Amino acid sequence: MLVSYKWLKKYIQIEDLTAEEIAEQLTRSGVEVDIVTPMNKGVKNIVAGKVVACEKHPEADKLNVCQVDIGEEELAQIVCGAANVGKDQYVVVAKVGARLPGGMKIKRAKLRGQVSEGMICSLQELGFEGKLVPKEYAEGIYQFPTAVTPGEDVIPLLNLDDHVLELDLTPNRSDCLSMLGVAYEIGAILGREVTLPEVKEVESTIEAAGTVAVSVEAKDDCPYYGAMIIKDVTISPSPLWLQTTLMAAGIRPINNVVDVTNYVLLEYGQPLHAFDLERFGSKEVLVRRAFEGEKIMTLDGAERTLSAEHLVITNGKEPVALAGVMGGANSEVQQDTTTILLEAAYFSGITVRKASRDLGLRSDASARFEKGVDPNRVKEAGLRAAAMISELAGGTVVSDVTEYDALDRGEKEVTISLAKINDLLGTAIDTVTVKTIFNKLQFAAKEDNDIFHISVPTRRQDIAIEADVIEEVARLYGYDNIPATLSYTATTPGGLTELQAKKRKVRRFLESVGIHEAVNYSLTTAEKESLFEKRSAERIKLALPMSEERSTLRTTLLPHLLDALSYNKNRGILNVALYEIGGVFHTNEAALTTQPSEKTYLSGAFMGLWYEHAWQGEKKPVDFFVVKGIVEGLLEELAIDADVRFDQAEVTGLHPGRTACLKVNGKSVGVIGQLHPNTAKAWSLPETYVFELDFHQLADQDEKVVRYAPIPRFPAMDRDIALVVDENVKAEEVEQVIHELGGDLLKHVALFDLYQGEHLESGKKSLAFSLRYQDPEKTLTDEEVTVVHEKVLVGLEERIGATLRS
Amino acid sequence: MLDRLQELKEEALKKVEAAESVKELKDIRIAYLGKKGPVTEVLKGMGKLTAEERPKVGQMANEVRAAVAVSIEEKEQKLEEAALAEKLRAESIDVTLPGRPTVKGARHPLTSVIETIEDIFIGMGFTVAEGPEVETDYYNFESLNLPKHHPSRDMQDTFFITSDLLLRTQTSPVQTRTMEKHEGKGPVKIICPGKVYRRDEDDATHSHQFMQIEGLLVDEGIRMSDLKGIFEQFVKRYFGEDREIRLRPSYFPFTEPSAELDVSCAICGGSGCRTCKQTGWIEVLGSGMVHPNVLRMGGFDPEKYTGFAFGMGVERFAMLKYGIDDIRHFYTNDTRFLSQFHRV
Repeated sequence: MLVSYKWLKKYIQIEDLTAEEIAEQLTRSGVEVDIVTPMNKGVKNIVAGKVVACEKHPEADKLNVCQVDIGEEELAQIVCGAANVGKDQYVVVAKVGARLPGGMKIKRAKLRGQVSEGMICSLQELGFEGKLVPKEYAEGIYQFPTAVTPGEDVIPLLNLDDHVLELDLTPNRSDCLSMLGVAYEIGAILGREVTLPEVKEVESTIEAAGTVAVSVEAKDDCPYYGAMIIKDVTISPSPLWLQTTLMAAGIRPINNVVDVTNYVLLEYGQPLHAFDLERFGSKEVLVRRAFEGEKIMTLDGAERTLSAEHLVITNGKEPVALAGVMGGANSEVQQDTTTILLEAAYFSGITVRKASRDLGLRSDASARFEKGVDPNRVKEAGLRAAAMISELAGGTVVSDVTEYDALDRGEKEVTISLAKINDLLGTAIDTVTVKTIFNKLQFAAKEDNDIFHISVPTRRQDIAIEADVIEEVARLYGYDNIPATLSYTATTPGGLTELQAKKRKVRRFLESVGIHEAVNYSLTTAEKESLFEKRSAERIKLALPMSEERSTLRTTLLPHLLDALSYNKNRGILNVALYEIGGVFHTNEAALTTQPSEKTYLSGAFMGLWYEHAWQGEKKPVDFFVVKGIVEGLLEELAIDADVRFDQAEVTGLHPGRTACLKVNGKSVGVIGQLHPNTAKAWSLPETYVFELDFHQLADQDEKVVRYAPIPRFPAMDRDIALVVDENVKAEEVEQVIHELGGDLLKHVALFDLYQGEHLESGKKSLAFSLRYQDPEKTLTDEEVTVVHEKVLVGLEERIGATLRS
Repeated sequence: MLDRLQELKEEALKKVEAAESVKELKDIRIAYLGKKGPVTEVLKGMGKLTAEERPKVGQMANEVRAAVAVSIEEKEQKLEEAALAEKLRAESIDVTLPGRPTVKGARHPLTSVIETIEDIFIGMGFTVAEGPEVETDYYNFESLNLPKHHPSRDMQDTFFITSDLLLRTQTSPVQTRTMEKHEGKGPVKIICPGKVYRRDEDDATHSHQFMQIEGLLVDEGIRMSDLKGIFEQFVKRYFGEDREIRLRPSYFPFTEPSAELDVSCAICGGSGCRTCKQTGWIEVLGSGMVHPNVLRMGGFDPEKYTGFAFGMGVERFAMLKYGIDDIRHFYTNDTRFLSQFHRV
């Protein structure tokens, strides 16, 4: 809502305050003013002028040489390029020395040999927005609708001395979608009276033949419909004051009749509509729901297909307006219109909102109806407009209002005690102060023993319950005056749940390892998902995505992590390690009917060097075992007390020979692997490794308990062996056999070398292990160890054909 | 004989003096002090001496031996010291070369803000509650006093999946879910961080996905002044002791009265600058006293219980704290951006 400061002064005495001061007061009490804009964008020395003569430029077809009376002794010769300039027009003249917005200075000039002493201006050149300039002047210079005195300063004439407050209204304060509403608000803040506009008694002649019949079929959608006929009007541009007032409020002037309806809409917040009665098609107004598929061409020239949920005004047969949203083109007021049917109605907010949303059509009218207009101002606004039309367009109001009226105009009653107000606010406001606040708000309030009985004026549709009234008291009392206290609730132990604490633990661990945390969008594309289609899950798609790129809920964190690697790679950052902990969404339903399962995944992606030391020349590219080590560290960090295994696996999108599935107690909880070269190619990535774990499953495992184990008192004995085995024998397998054969004395087995190459038979590999023997009760002798160790070696050969490497 | 010994002594000492290595010294020791050395040789001739001369020569011989041995030892030590000094000189390094860096991954700034705020409220006895991101219309809107067709739904353009399921537009549904779990009994003291989604074109100040932290305190006798009190604590701990707060009336469907919280501008200290649009204040969050309908729908009796709720944008907090100018930075995962936050 744009509020003209000058216009506001018609309703409330604010001469002592600047527009900025008013804005600050409004903002502090709950009606936020975004910005205060001066209408004058830097205009200086601009006057009204009368074109006394206008001739074609002898040397240039498109230029005119005008002699303009600018109130000085001599006429000013001005060369003007506008096509619509002509003799006897009253125009805006920027004299030599004048300033235009943007700091442009007007100088004496010579155009194709003709002296030009100034410039005849368009409204755009004065800083008006093109879309607000009346259409007939949009492509050329502006002409005053009536005679003005040459030489007169145009700044007050065009209201350029005004300031406009732009309100950022919250949806509850639709009362401030009107000048009167804003005036009441300021009145409440300042404790000043509001002067209502004078609604003149219109001279009406009862003329049975001229009246229309009104009937309403959709009674819930339209509890009130009033129609008035104004005959013998002359359509013309509005007077200057009306044009400038509308432009300041952000509305383009059209003609005197339409401008009046817009003026009253802004003044009262009550949308009105003027039909051309001759084009209306009948003398019967019927308000009904549209038929399914019924069509109407709205004023903006678009054909709209309606549904049975939309409300239309009809002439008994066909629709002439989309109720509360926009009029129909078929009954539009035009230049030749002489008889007006003026509508002042109350339409249900829900119905208007539905139509407006379904059709994607917002208007000043729909914005107001949606939020509920003041039922006590509907008819008054109609009368006010009728009188203004009669005055400005020279018409006669034919009859009193023909109406259908089932409108509830009752005021809401709220009862509240002083104690309740103070209890909720934590204040000690006294009775008198509360009474004063209600007075300022112009709420009728009766007080009895600190109990207030309030009648809420119907203009304040947002106030219905105690809490609403308390807010009114609080904001006028001043939020600044509410003390700051600490609640006296029972002491509660704050903290994180186990799962939340583990999430932090995982983050700290991954940070310590050197991996940056990424945060990605949950919405992705079906294509990216399909590259990791490891589950046969259904995809969850938005009903109306804004783009294909963000249309599907992710089931894996990997695609966006790869996007991030790719983003960095394209910027020359080649060594990147990222992890993300975030939600993924799975369902088994083809068409979603219940909330999907939301899991938290923990995933990582790595490319390039894992470690690099510049001047020492150390370089370590990331590989499978770097990532496995990180995952193992993670499991250690979470102290998972369960059987954990890494099994060779094949997973879509990953390298078939370099992928492992992580199993906890036999259940798969994630994967580690190298990106399949084809997948890497899809992201233009080099050798890349990833892991993806189901965090909830990991965090749900039992935790190992820390228990002290006695420090061994007797020395251990280490024996190293290098075994030659078939290359497909898994290291883990060998280790397990060693453990089984080693018995109680074998305390620890560690792989320390892997060799495959020229010194070995092909198809073989060598694995070197270090075995540690120890007895907690005594010092082992060499002989005792040898007995067990031999048993291990023999067993290894028998069970997996492992021989000692010579 | 005595002269011979004296001669030998001088000769040996000269050689020791001239020796340049431990090896040479060893040779000298063998040569002069060994069993076949000249001193021993001289002593072998002792039989020819008189009983008077014998002890004199013996004493002299011992003196010569001792003097040579000491001299060798001293020289040895000198040479070792010189060798060590040379070794250390050779081992010297350029200490200005850069050290071997330890690794440190960066915490995402949004995580950092969330954890900081969580910890402040945990300290005040709050717990952290979470809820689903795909929500039902009921929890996201209706239970928060936003019935279907309510004009305020326009404040939040929604990604619908079906007519009833949607991506939550706010973390507020966690309020109702938590209140339901409490079965009408206070106190409820939670904060709820999480992702939310709105139909916005992504640009420098808008993101279709962002993070919020919701807070809720419901108990008997909770007042708006308590809201102000807790904000004072929170703002001073998050933004700094010198920051002031003010509440400004506002509107949210789920609170009444409602308030925006402004914090005095850190850049200008309240005198007005570009950051605060010359107002001296920066808007940081929305809040208010829980609407009776919301309490009722959460299973609490609004005649008995009151409470307050607040919601803040995590990106906004991060942008204010670190001076970040474009919300899209949070979601591109440019490591040149992320790595700046490894200290937070």
